[in-house]
Amino acid sequence: MNSNTPSSSAGGPGSADATAPRRNSKRPKYSRFTQQELPACKPILTPKWVISTFLLVSFIFIPIGIVSLFASRDVVEIVHGYETECIPSGSRNDKVGFIQSDQDKTCIRTLTVPKDMSQPIYVYYQLDNFYQNHRRYVRSRSDQQLRSPENARETGSCSPEDTVGDTAIVPCGLIAWSLFNDTYHFTSNNGGQIPINKRGISWQSDRERKFGRNVYPSNFQNGTLIGGARLNESIPLSEQEDLIVWMRTAALPTFRKLYGKIEVNLRQGDVINVTLQNNYNTYSFNGRKKLVLSTTSWLGGKNDFVGIAYLTVGGLCFFLAIVFVLIYLIKPRQLGDPSYLSWNRNPGGH
Amino acid sequence: MDTSSNIEIIENSYQVPDYTRNSSSQRSISSFQSTQSKTSIREVNFSSELESKPVRHGSTGGADSEGFSASYKEINDDDARLIYINDPEKTNEKFEFAGNSIRTGKYSFLTFLPKNLFEQFHRVAYIYFLVIAILNQLPQLAVFGRGASILPLAFVLLVTAIKDAYEDYRRHRSDKIENNRLAWVLVNEQFQQKKWKDICVGEVIKVFGNETLPCDMVLLSTSDSTGVAYVQTTNLDGESNLKTRYAKQETQMKSPVEGKISGLIKCEKPNRNIYGFQANMDVDGKRISLGPSNIILRGCELKNTDWTLGVAVYAGRETKAMLNNSGAPSKRSRLETRMNREIFFLSIFLVTLCVVVCICHGIWLRRHEDELDLMQFYRKRDYSGPEVENYEYYGWGLEIFFIFLMSVIVFQIMIPISLYISMELVRVGQAYFMIRDNRMFDESSNSRFQCRALNINEDLGQIKYVFSDKTGTLTENKMEFKCASIGGLDFSSGTGNEQVEYSVEVDGMILRPKMKVKVDTELLDLSKSKHSDEGKNVHDFFVALAACNTIVPLTVETDDTSVKLIEYQGESPDEQALVYSAAAYGFMLIERSSGHIVIDIQGERQRFNVLGLHEFDSDRKRMSVILGCPDNKTVKVFVKGADTTMFSIINKSLNLDMVKATESHLHSYSSKGLRTLVIGMRELSTSEFEKWQSSYESASTALMGRAALLRKVANKIENHVTLLGASGIEDKLQQGVPEAIESLRSAGIKVWVLTGDKQETAISIGYSSKLLTSTMTQIVINNNSKNSCRKSLEDGLVMCKKLKIESGATGGGHGDGVSRLALIIDGTSLVYVLDTELEEQLFELASKCSVVLCCRVAPLQKAGIVALIKNRTEDMTLAIGDGANDVSMIQMADVGIGISGQEGRQAVMASDFAMGQFRFLVPLLLVHGHWNYQRMSYMILYNFYRNAVFVLVLFWYVLFTCFTLTTAITDWSSVLYSVIYTSVPTIIVGVLDKDLSRTTLLKYPQLYGSGQRQESYNGKLFWVTIIDTLWQSLAAFFVPLLAYWGSSVDGSSIGDLWTIAVVIMVNVHLAMDVMTWYWITHAAIWGSIIATFICVMVIDALSFLPGYWAFFHIANTELFWLCLLGITVGALVPRLVVKYLVQCYRPSDIQIQREAEKFGNLRVAEIEMNPIIDSPRTT
Repeated sequence: MNSNTPSSSAGGPGSADATAPRRNSKRPKYSRFTQQELPACKPILTPKWVISTFLLVSFIFIPIGIVSLFASRDVVEIVHGYETECIPSGSRNDKVGFIQSDQDKTCIRTLTVPKDMSQPIYVYYQLDNFYQNHRRYVRSRSDQQLRSPENARETGSCSPEDTVGDTAIVPCGLIAWSLFNDTYHFTSNNGGQIPINKRGISWQSDRERKFGRNVYPSNFQNGTLIGGARLNESIPLSEQEDLIVWMRTAALPTFRKLYGKIEVNLRQGDVINVTLQNNYNTYSFNGRKKLVLSTTSWLGGKNDFVGIAYLTVGGLCFFLAIVFVLIYLIKPRQLGDPSYLSWNRNPGGH
Repeated sequence: MDTSSNIEIIENSYQVPDYTRNSSSQRSISSFQSTQSKTSIREVNFSSELESKPVRHGSTGGADSEGFSASYKEINDDDARLIYINDPEKTNEKFEFAGNSIRTGKYSFLTFLPKNLFEQFHRVAYIYFLVIAILNQLPQLAVFGRGASILPLAFVLLVTAIKDAYEDYRRHRSDKIENNRLAWVLVNEQFQQKKWKDICVGEVIKVFGNETLPCDMVLLSTSDSTGVAYVQTTNLDGESNLKTRYAKQETQMKSPVEGKISGLIKCEKPNRNIYGFQANMDVDGKRISLGPSNIILRGCELKNTDWTLGVAVYAGRETKAMLNNSGAPSKRSRLETRMNREIFFLSIFLVTLCVVVCICHGIWLRRHEDELDLMQFYRKRDYSGPEVENYEYYGWGLEIFFIFLMSVIVFQIMIPISLYISMELVRVGQAYFMIRDNRMFDESSNSRFQCRALNINEDLGQIKYVFSDKTGTLTENKMEFKCASIGGLDFSSGTGNEQVEYSVEVDGMILRPKMKVKVDTELLDLSKSKHSDEGKNVHDFFVALAACNTIVPLTVETDDTSVKLIEYQGESPDEQALVYSAAAYGFMLIERSSGHIVIDIQGERQRFNVLGLHEFDSDRKRMSVILGCPDNKTVKVFVKGADTTMFSIINKSLNLDMVKATESHLHSYSSKGLRTLVIGMRELSTSEFEKWQSSYESASTALMGRAALLRKVANKIENHVTLLGASGIEDKLQQGVPEAIESLRSAGIKVWVLTGDKQETAISIGYSSKLLTSTMTQIVINNNSKNSCRKSLEDGLVMCKKLKIESGATGGGHGDGVSRLALIIDGTSLVYVLDTELEEQLFELASKCSVVLCCRVAPLQKAGIVALIKNRTEDMTLAIGDGANDVSMIQMADVGIGISGQEGRQAVMASDFAMGQFRFLVPLLLVHGHWNYQRMSYMILYNFYRNAVFVLVLFWYVLFTCFTLTTAITDWSSVLYSVIYTSVPTIIVGVLDKDLSRTTLLKYPQLYGSGQRQESYNGKLFWVTIIDTLWQSLAAFFVPLLAYWGSSVDGSSIGDLWTIAVVIMVNVHLAMDVMTWYWITHAAIWGSIIATFICVMVIDALSFLPGYWAFFHIANTELFWLCLLGITVGALVPRLVVKYLVQCYRPSDIQIQREAEKFGNLRVAEIEMNPIIDSPRTT
C-alpha cells in the first residue's frame, strides 16, 4: 500500500494497446496453494460416522470405568480424624488455648484394620480447610535460598518470615514456618512396634536438585511466633523429607501429605495403637486433622470418581448411539438432498 | 477520469433539460436557475481551468474543489510563493521552501522507537494490555511475574515494530535511490548533473525525452518550436495517454545558456490538486499568466519531446505527486463492529467474575477476621521486626479493591486481545489469496486484483446492494464509431462489414492509422465525391471529426521500414474513436502542433491553422475549434458536444427538416445504447473573427477570472451554428457482464446501475446486460418538479402493490420471474428527491424493485443514492466504478471497488479493492467474500470461546483458594496460552478453511445468502458458544478436581494437567469444526498440542520455579492420562451431539452442498481439479 509513491518507478507505461508484446505479465503463477486447491480431506458428520464414534467411545469408556472402579474398591483406607478426640475433654472449650499451651499433647488412638492391607501401606496426614494454595502463603518462599547456601539472603519473597533481626531464616517463608509437626507412632495390639519408613517419601527430583545438600537450617523457628515443626540444624535440607513434602504446596484446601510408609502387611481385624503428638494448631481456623493409612492401586488412592465418570460418559454415549440409530431409522435424511435447500423450500423467499 | 469532452458531456448534464425528449416542455430560465441554485450545493465543483477536470481526492474535502470562483482570485502575496527564475539563492532566501529530497520513510533511527510505539498505542486494545501490565507491576497486585506479564504485549509490539521497520527500510531504500537520481541543472550558465535531492526551487532544469521529471516545474521552453511538450502521467494518476503541456511563447524564445533567463513566478501554495495550477510570471516586464497546462509534475515522464527546460516551482514533499501520496482510506468491517457488541458482553462477564471473586473474598475476610493474625496460611501480623505490624494487610476494604484489580489481571484474556492480531494476520492471508487468484487476473490490462484496504475482507461476504457505474464498468470504455447522421441522412445500416484500411504515402513512406475501423460503404463513396451537396456535408463533417479535438497523432515505426503507423493519443476514448473513423474515411489527422494541424484529405495534405480552441467544460458541455482553412481566407468554427447543449445553439431556421431528422436519428442511436455527439460548424466573417480574436486574446491573457472570460468568449462564438450531423459511438459491454449480473442477482444481491448517460442509452445497456428483461414492469420517473416527482413516486408505489396482489393471485409460487419491477429514474428527478422528504418514498419504492437504473446522475448524486440505502438499512452496500465521477460513491459505500480500466486511476486510488473487469465481482463476492466471511466469523467465535474457557478454568480454581487468585496454572503457561499453545491453528484455519469449493459456490449463487443473513456470526451463535464454553470449562476443571480430591497432589502438577487438558480440548474442538483438512491444518493443530507438551516440560525443568519436575511426576501416573481422555471426550460430547442433530435435521444450505459435493456429484469434484475453467458459468 505504501508503494504508491508516484515517483517510484514501478508501473511503467501500462498502455492498454493490444499489439504491444507483453513481456512481463503479472499473471499470478499458478500453484495449487495460491488457487486454494490443495488436496484436502473434507470430513462430514454422517450418521454412520457419528454412531460408530459414539459406540467406539462407549466401548472404550465402559471397560475403563469398570476397571477403575474395581481398582478404587481394592484400595483399603483407614481414615481417622483426631482433632477433637486428642484434646482433653476439659479443654475442649478452649482448644486454641490448649494447643498453644505447654501441656503434654500425647494422645493414644486405636485403629482397627477393616481388611487385609498389603505393604506398602502409606501413612498420610490429611488437613481439611487448610488453604495451602492461599496466594500470600504460596508465594512466601524462596526457591533460590533452598538450593544453595550462597543465596541464604534471598529472602525477599519470604516476609513475614524472612529474617529474625538481621539474620536470614533458612528455610524462610510462611510455608516452611508452618511445617506440620504432629507425630505418629504405631504399635500393634501385641505390643510390637510397626516401623514407619520416612525415607523416600518426597520426590527424588526435589531432593537432588531443588533442596541443596549443603544448605542447613538456621535461625528457623527462632521468632516470637512458632508456626510448626522445628528442624534439626545439622541435617541438610535435601534430607529433611518432611519439609520437602510440606513445601510441595497442595492444590486444594483438603489435602493429604505423605508421612511415611509401613512396610509390613496388616491383617483384617488387626488393632493398631497410634501414639500421636497433637502439636499442630488447626484449631484457630476450624481445620480438621486426620490420620490416613492407605494402600494404593495403579490409579492411586481410593477415589470412585474416575470410574463413575467413565461409566457415565460411556453409558451416555452408548445411549446416544442407540438414539441416533433410532432417529436415523425413523426419519432419515438423504445426504446432499437438494430439496432441503432454502431456495428450493420457499422459492423467492431469500 | 479522462475528461474530455465527451464523457463529461454525457455524464454531467443532469440539470439541463433533456432536449431530445422534453422538447415540448421548455423550461423557463428562472426555473432552470432555481434548479441550479438548488443543486449547486450537491454539485461537484469542477476546476474549470483550461484543462477542465473534475477532481476529487480522498479526504481533502473542499480544499481541492477549486471552483471557477478561484480563478477570479488574484493570488495574494501571503498565499503565494515567489520564485526567481534561475536564482535559487534569492528564491530560497527565507528557507521556506522544501528541498527536493523526499522522505517517504516515517521514521529515522532515533525516532523509530517513540514514534512507532506511539502509533501502535493508538489501538485501544493495546492500551488495555498496557494498563494491565502496569497494574501488575504494583507490588500489591503482582499476580504474574514481571516478565510473564509484559511478554505478550512486548511480543505483539515487537512483531508489529519489526514489520513496520522492514517496510520503512524499504521506503528509505527507494527514497535513497530516488534522491540520488541525476538531472541536468543550470549552474553558472552551464548545465551540470546534479542529484535530485540537491535541486532547489528556482533552478532551471533540463529534462530529456523519456526521462522522469524530478520536481514540479513550470515549462520555459521545449525542443518543439511551438513550445509543446508531451508528458505521460502513468505514475501520477495511471493514465497512459499523452498529455500536452505548453511553454509560453515569451520564454520559449530564450536560450538560457547564452542570454540570461530571469523572471519572477508568483504561484499558489503547494496543494494536492494535480489538475490545477495558478501562477503569473513576470518576464521582461510582461506579465504572463500560467495555468495547469504550463506545469509538468514530478513523477511524470517526458515523451515525444527531445528536451524541455523548466524552472522548479515545487520540490520534494511539496510536489503534487508527494502531496497526493496518501494511503488508502480505512474502513471498519461490519463483522468487527458486530464483534464489538460481543466484546462488550464479554467485558460485562469479566467484571462479573471479578466482582464475584472480590465479594466472596470480602465475606471470607469478615468471617475469619479474628483468626487472621495467627492462621498459618494468612499470618496477618508480622512479628519479625521489633514492632509488630500488619503484613500486607490494608484493611478489608482496600483488600477487596486489590482483589478486584488482581482478578482483572488474572482474567484479562477474557477480552481476546490476541484476536485483533489474529484477525489482522488472517486478513493478510486472505488478501494474499485474493491477489493471487488467477481467475481475477485481467489479461487485457495485465492487472491483478488489488487489496487496498486490509480490514474489510469479510464484508465482501455480506453485500446486498451493488451500485455500478456503467461506462467503463459494465462496458469496456473502448469506443467504436458505429453510425453517423450527416445532413439528415442516416448511415447506420452497417452494410460495410469489412474493415477498411486507409493509408497514404508521404515521402515514400506509407502512413496508416493504427486501428482499423468498420466503415459504411455508402458513406465511404460519398466521402470521396467532393462536389455534391451531400459530399460537401460529409466533407465538413469529417473535417470536424478530425480537427475538433485534442488528439495528438504519433507515428510509430513498424517492422516494415516503409510503413509507419499513426497512433492517436488523447485523453478521451470517444475522441480517439472519432479521429480513427475520420481517418478510415480518408480524413487522416497527421500532425498537430499548437498552431496548426495537418489533415490528409483523400490523399491531399491540407494545413489548417488553429486560431483558437475552446476546450471542453462541464457547463457548456461542448468544445469548439476555430480553424483557418487552407485557402487562407475562410475561418470556420467547428463545434462538437452533447445534444442537450448543442441543439440550443443550432440555427434551426436554416434547415428544420434536417434538424428534425437528426433528432430522430439521435434518439434511435441512444436507444441502441450508443453514445451520441452532435457536430456543427459556422463560417466566420472577417469582422466577426477579428472581434472574437481580440476578445479571445485578452481573455486568455487575463489575470483574473480567465476561465470565466474564456467561457464567455466561447459562448459568444458558439452560436447559430449549422448542424452538420451526429455521431453514434458504441461502448461495448465487457466480457461476461450479463452472466455476472445474473449470478449476482440470484445471489440475492440487488444491482443498481448509476450512469451519466441518457435514459435511452441506459435502458438499452440494461437490456443488453440482462439487467432488464422484457418481463419486467418499468417504472420511469423523469420529472421537472417536486410535485410531479411526488406523484410519480406515489404512482410507482401503487403499481408495486397492484403487482404484488396480482402475483399473489396467480399463485405466487413461482412469482420470482413474473412480478419484477424496474425503476428508472433520472438525475433531474433525483434533484427533487434526494435530501428531501421524498427520499423515504424513493427508498420504499426502490427497495421493492429488483432493478434500479439511475441515469444522468452527477457524481455526488451517486453518493447520495448509496447513502439513501446505507442510512436506512443495515444492508451492506458495494459501489463499483472506474472514473473520477465514481469516487464519491466508492467512498460512500461500505465496500468500494475500483475498476482499473481505461479511465484514470482516481477510482482505484479511492477504492478498497481494485480489479480489471466487472465480472470478477462474481468470484470476488461469491467465492472469496463467502470464504472470508465464513472464516472470519468462525475465527471470532472460536477466539471468544478459546479465551473464555481458559479464564473460566482459572476462575473455578479461584473459588477453591479463599478467592485469592492463586493460579495453579503457571504464569508462563497463562501467558503462552494465547501466544503459542492455541494461536497458530486459529490463524491457519482462518486463512485456509473452506466450507465449499469454488465450483459449488459459483454454481449455486444462492449460497451467498448465508453471509447476507449473517448465519455464521450472530447473537444466537455467540450465546450458544458461551454456554458451550461454560460446560467445557466445568468439565475441564472439575474432572481433575474430583479425581484428585483429598489426594496428595500438589498445585503445580494439577495445574499442568489443567493446562494440557484445556489446550487439547480447545484444539480438538477446533479440529471438530474444521471443514477442509490440509496437511497444514493437521500440522498446526496437532503441532500445537505437541508444542504445548514441550513448553510445559521446559517450564517444569526450570529448577528455580516451585513447580520443578511436577509434569514428569504427574505424567507418570495413569490417572493423568485418564483425566485427559475423559475431559476431552466429556467436554466435547454435547457439542458433537448438538452439531450432529442440527446438521442432520436443520441443515443449512452450506451443509447440504457440502454433502452433495462429497457424495452427490462426483463430476463436480473433477471439474474442481481442473484449473483451466475461467469464466463463471451459472445455470
